[in-house]
Amino acid sequence: MRLRRRRRESSRLMPIKNQKDPGRGVFTRRALLFMALQAGALGELAHKLYQLQIKDGDRYARMAASNRVSKRYLAPPRGRIVDRYGVALANNKENWRALLMPEETTDVSGTIERFSTIIPLDDRDRARIAREMRHQRRFIPVMLRDFLSWEEMARIELNAPSLPGVLIDVGTRRVYPEGELLAHLIGYVAPPNERDVARSALLALPGMRVGRAGVEQSQDEKLRGTAGSVEMEVNSVGRVMSELNRVEGVPGAEIGLTIDRGLQQKVLSRIGEQTASAVVMDCRNGEVLAMVSTPSFDPSLFDSGVSHAQWIEWTNNERTPLINKAVAGVYPPGSTFKPAVAMAGLQSGLFSPTDRVFCPGHLDVGGTRFHCWSRWGHGSVDLHLALKYSCDVYFYEMARRVGMDRIAETAHQFGLGTALDIELPHTRTGLIPTPTWRQAHHHHWNGGDTIVSGIGQGFVQVTPLQLATYTSRLATGRAVQPHLVRAMNGDLGPEATPDHWPELGMPDKYLAALRSGMFAVVNEQHGTAPKARLGLPGITMAGKTGSAQVRRVSRALRESGHFNSANLPWEYRPHALFICFAPYDAPRYAVSVVIEHGNTGADAAAPLARDIMTDTLLRDPVNHLTPPPESVANAETPDADTPPADTPE
Amino acid sequence: MKFHKRLLRAEPSFRLLSKLWSISWLYVLLICTLAGVGYVTLYSAGGGTPYPFAAPQAARFAVGLVLMITVAMLPPKMLVRIAGPLYVLSIILLVAVLHMGHVGKGAERWLMIGGLQVQPSEYAKVALVLALAAWFHRISYARMGNPLWLIPPAFLVLLPVVLVLKEPNLGTAVIIGGIGASMFFAAGMRLWLITLLVLPVPYLAKFAYAHLHDYQRARITTFLNPESDPLGAGYNIIQSKIALGSGGMWGQGYLHGSQGQLNFLPEKQTDFIFTMIAEEWGYVGAVTVIGLLLLLILGGMLMAIRSRNRFGRLVALGISMNFFLYCLVNLSMVMGAIPVGGVPLPLVSYGGSAMLNVMLGFGLLLSTWVHRDSRFGESENQDQA
Repeated sequence: MRLRRRRRESSRLMPIKNQKDPGRGVFTRRALLFMALQAGALGELAHKLYQLQIKDGDRYARMAASNRVSKRYLAPPRGRIVDRYGVALANNKENWRALLMPEETTDVSGTIERFSTIIPLDDRDRARIAREMRHQRRFIPVMLRDFLSWEEMARIELNAPSLPGVLIDVGTRRVYPEGELLAHLIGYVAPPNERDVARSALLALPGMRVGRAGVEQSQDEKLRGTAGSVEMEVNSVGRVMSELNRVEGVPGAEIGLTIDRGLQQKVLSRIGEQTASAVVMDCRNGEVLAMVSTPSFDPSLFDSGVSHAQWIEWTNNERTPLINKAVAGVYPPGSTFKPAVAMAGLQSGLFSPTDRVFCPGHLDVGGTRFHCWSRWGHGSVDLHLALKYSCDVYFYEMARRVGMDRIAETAHQFGLGTALDIELPHTRTGLIPTPTWRQAHHHHWNGGDTIVSGIGQGFVQVTPLQLATYTSRLATGRAVQPHLVRAMNGDLGPEATPDHWPELGMPDKYLAALRSGMFAVVNEQHGTAPKARLGLPGITMAGKTGSAQVRRVSRALRESGHFNSANLPWEYRPHALFICFAPYDAPRYAVSVVIEHGNTGADAAAPLARDIMTDTLLRDPVNHLTPPPESVANAETPDADTPPADTPE
Repeated sequence: MKFHKRLLRAEPSFRLLSKLWSISWLYVLLICTLAGVGYVTLYSAGGGTPYPFAAPQAARFAVGLVLMITVAMLPPKMLVRIAGPLYVLSIILLVAVLHMGHVGKGAERWLMIGGLQVQPSEYAKVALVLALAAWFHRISYARMGNPLWLIPPAFLVLLPVVLVLKEPNLGTAVIIGGIGASMFFAAGMRLWLITLLVLPVPYLAKFAYAHLHDYQRARITTFLNPESDPLGAGYNIIQSKIALGSGGMWGQGYLHGSQGQLNFLPEKQTDFIFTMIAEEWGYVGAVTVIGLLLLLILGGMLMAIRSRNRFGRLVALGISMNFFLYCLVNLSMVMGAIPVGGVPLPLVSYGGSAMLNVMLGFGLLLSTWVHRDSRFGESENQDQA
């Protein structure tokens, strides 16, 4: 009814007659209704827009800002590693790489094929490229090959027209100019794995490397530096539109080592083909001047990838080239252990330096006969003679009376069988056995175990670095810790001053007695190491030999009289050891040498140690035996390849 | 003035000129203004260059303008006659696109005809308007009371709706249905019948939901809670809202909208072009555009009311309704008020098919205006009397 009435009303407004155009009135009314709805709907949208743009505008504007700004981190350059005179031992070099920008070529696989005809790609490369292709956006370049030579780059540039999307880029690679010389100390770097990245997001940056051995590993965080960052305006697919803000990163610290590259080189050449390790230490402050372990390996192979065959060769080699024998090789110290036993005996109060023990060539304890190395015995010996002759019976007797616990305590004080504070990973602690230790492993500790420990055999195991530390402590009476890091960005640490190191707390007179015994070993007639005598005027050296059996010598063989360990197969020969320090009257350097299966310390290790000590003393700028060369005085501009001094032969 | 009009009428060769003269040039100016807004925005969407969007769009608009003026000259009598064949053609194209069409972005279908991309669903809307108007014109208002006469036009609507749903293009199907319903209503469908038909709608909706595509359902779910899937289906809506919000009152400045310029905005040159306008020109610019759109819609509706023949009224209303629903769906979509569907903003968005069909529709609208006083059809005898 209402509708009807309205129709009549509206028709009155309209100038057209209803009869002539039926339905027009209905249409008009309904069209007007539509118009109202349309205006209302768009008005409502305008209102909704007002809420979005004006009322909630701030919130969305913030979201927009975070949408467009992408923060990226810049990989900091890895710190250099230099020796004590500033010679670079680990450096960053430019690494030329061929990259493929997938979006710039229409035929990706064709381009890769053509590339491989110019620069061969092996299966590993291809698999890696295919994997990166799948995972990356098309405007992020994929690395085809790195470590390009100049010649290879020239070939790529020459063929550039047929290689669309291929570009050459420079990154950095880690180089070790000294190669095998310092491989064990410096270590090497490798690309981070997923676990590394999980620990530190910095490592996810392309080009970052993680130290995998040596100082590269132990000082990894200092060498890494701090990442810089750059804020960039990006679009929704991550393409960079412009750079907004840049914070430069802090390059990794330059680590200055205590190592003297020239000395290291000399020590290595002295050792030659022998499987051995030697440590030269400044016995006043524990600085390791040289640490050599042979055979070595080429660390640069790790950055570019070690082949399977090479890896097998290394790991199967009985001379263990990958192991730094100076810190991870454990050997029975043999007779080099005797000064430590003597100190235990003296400190126990049961022995005085002048107490004598009669050596008939053997000691019988509980039905077991322990032989002295001399079948005829040394007669009545006091401490001085016992050290000089390296009389086994004297130390058997001393160990028996003093007991293993006291010996272990003193040995630990000297650093033997303890974890040293050296900046190297994968070090071994060695072992000074005690009855407690033995029982913890559910074995019975025999009295004989104590007796053989008295001459550094049995279960006693130490590393060459521990021997050098032990010698240093013995020579100075200070608890120096061996260390490899001397300076950081050129600033010396407090470790460099001798006073930094606390006294051992051992009576000077006992230490003096041991030193004089060791002096006799080298310099007195009938000492065991006359071959270790220095040929330098005014400087004398004190030392101690050691020969460590690796296999028990059977009684039958020993009594046959034909026993000569030099005739054994190489792997059964005893290790040859020698520890020494010099100058005797003002100890400055300590050297330890272990030659694997070198037979006897006196014949094999002592001359080597003498040569190393001679080199060390001649290179010492303080000793003024040779004037310090320019490169030593000015560490900033190292003359890398000219050693500070040459040994006069 | 009178002389001038007489002159135009007197000489038959001047009849075309007379018709041209009677086109509502104000309305054409409004269309050109909106197309100009589209050009300017596409220029920005192309990163401050006429390519790849703005220049081709301008060329299409020029073609569309010629098409519009041409169609405006066609007399309604002729349009009534060709409405049927055009409708049949549109159904053939819709079937063809289902079988041999190209699918883009999941749901838009087009045919390649002579090197041109043709979206039959766009064309079907115009054809449906013509066919319905012709039918209602023929049966005259008197027969609207008999539901039997309404069954054939109901099929005229349902056929393209079903075909477009099968494509599947939910947004366009809704618009086609909406156009049909509005024309039924405007043609004078009885209220009791409308009530009878509307009552079961909720149950039908429930049934329809059960038969929707997964992605269509996903759109509904995302619409209800866009943050549930910020990088997936909800991404478009969230990014669009961010762009709208960051525009503020005065906008980030032309060519400086961060969301659009940095490609966060999805399909900024087509479906989300309004977002780009709102981001760069702010609320002021966006409301201006909404105002222009409303002027076009209401202008078209006024032309419909002014027409003295049933056919012209219904065509004009159908075309205006089409344009309105287009705008409504697109704007609601970019503001996150309804689920996303591939519906562009008419005249402004980049796209050939949509542009040409919108211009075709405006041509029909102007034809209604030009021939507003012509009285024909319904009952020839009435006209005679």
